[in-house]
Amino acid sequence: MQALLEVSLAIERNEFVSIVGPSGCGKSTLLRLIAGLIGPSSGKVTIDGSAIDGPRRDVGVVFQAPTLLPWANVLDNVLFPLKILHRLAPDSPAKGRELLRLVGLSDFERKMPSELSGGMQQRTSICRALITDPDILLMDEPFGALDALTREEMSLELLRIWQEQPKTIFFVTHSVPEAVLLADRVCVMTARPGRIIEIIDVPLPRPRSYEQESLQEFQNCAKRIRQHIFGDAAASARTGAA
Amino acid sequence: MLPLLAVLILGVAWEGAVLVFEIPVYMFPALSVIWSEFLTNVGLVAGHTVATLGTVMGGFALSIAISVPLAVLIASSPLMANAIYPLLVLTQSVPKVALAPILVVVLGAGEVPRLVVTFLVAFFPLVTSLATGLLTTPADLIELGRSYKATWWQELVRIRFPSSVPFMFNGLKLAITFAVVGATVGEFVAADKGLGYQIMAATAFFNTPAAFGALVILSLLGIVLFQAVVIIEKVFFSWSTPMEADLQ
Ligand SMILES: Nc1ncnc2c1ncn2[C@@H]1O[C@H](COP(=O)(O)OP(=O)(O)OP(=O)(O)O)[C@@H](O)[C@H]1O
Ligand SMILES: [Mg+2]
Repeated sequence: MQALLEVSLAIERNEFVSIVGPSGCGKSTLLRLIAGLIGPSSGKVTIDGSAIDGPRRDVGVVFQAPTLLPWANVLDNVLFPLKILHRLAPDSPAKGRELLRLVGLSDFERKMPSELSGGMQQRTSICRALITDPDILLMDEPFGALDALTREEMSLELLRIWQEQPKTIFFVTHSVPEAVLLADRVCVMTARPGRIIEIIDVPLPRPRSYEQESLQEFQNCAKRIRQHIFGDAAASARTGAA
Repeated sequence: MLPLLAVLILGVAWEGAVLVFEIPVYMFPALSVIWSEFLTNVGLVAGHTVATLGTVMGGFALSIAISVPLAVLIASSPLMANAIYPLLVLTQSVPKVALAPILVVVLGAGEVPRLVVTFLVAFFPLVTSLATGLLTTPADLIELGRSYKATWWQELVRIRFPSSVPFMFNGLKLAITFAVVGATVGEFVAADKGLGYQIMAATAFFNTPAAFGALVILSLLGIVLFQAVVIIEKVFFSWSTPMEADLQ
């Protein structure tokens, strides 16, 4: 079965790219391809000009499910990649705690994953992806399980981290405003078979904030994305209601 | 409380029935007779218990030492599983009671054939449950490891083994229980000490109270060892047993 059809996308170094598209259009599949976890049936994926033949150590992945080790506490889960990469240093726990503080989990480092809410588990998995300082960060609906408020807070926090430690971010989301607000470019996909219909440049100035939602440029981008996903009439109905 | 009451009622009925129907002691001794027999020979019985416990623990340790690598082999590829499983099933279909005297001839009288019988009786559930655990490790955890280029060994030690702990303890609970059975079978066939030997020796002389005493201790041994495994699981692997969240 073919999940993805003719996907062509070139991402610049330190660029922030969002992917939006209906459920089942192949966003996670595309992310797995870039992560080197699956191989393409045809075509190729390259990083810095060389084809990907497997996972890379400079890539961090936030999976769609939190995927925490149920037998390890929050801090140990965050440090897990360093253990695997033999990069666990004396200052690693402090670094892990700092990341946990950024996502508001300071008091939970000794808790087991089963004692956390879904959103807390997801935030833990974001810390785990960040602990290795990856050059490339692949995030599959990282804020999917968060409430709207925490979600805005976390997305701004992500932008701050990205500004401080530049990296290439590939960000899968279901939220059109989130996609527009975070990204340099938004990649719109449609389903069956999954393909990219348009890559939209977001002309909003940085630093970004949610106030920019009222700007005309923002509205234009959001509307264009909705037109692709829902069709013209539905898109204007939705923007009208919003 | 209810189980205790049931045991108590059973004991009273036992004692009463033996008295009322005047059953001869060599056929079915009263509890009080078993107890006093036990008290007079307490030192001897203790020696037998220690001997049996040694065989049980030895056979149990042997089971773990052999089951872990075997389970890893089975989990490593379907080919390996297909090669190994028939052999394992073969070891289980051979009646151990029939095998034991042959083992004595092959391996010589002594502790070795008893350990081997204990091992043969005990190891199978451990291998199968551990292999199942290794094979049913959630795919997303394996993918997480692969995304960091975890080696085969890292994946085994850091992901597959921890994730198999609940399965492993299921196997350990069965293995320790079967090890008591295996050790007793081994002692029936060739031993000069141990509770199994005590039962054989006592029944040969119609010393039924001593045989019953050994039987009771064997049952207690099984229960205590089983509970010990349960406690180890609870204390060291509390995350693996869905327990009351630690209240603090
Ligand atoms: N392991 C798999 N084997 C076969 N088909 C798969 C597999 N995983 C996903 N698919 C199929 O590939 C298509 C794309 O799936 P994918 O998970 O990439 O969608 P998605 O865009 O991430 O959806 P969602 O937004 O719901 O997460 C779907 O039709 C799905 O049925
Ligand atoms: Mg997905």
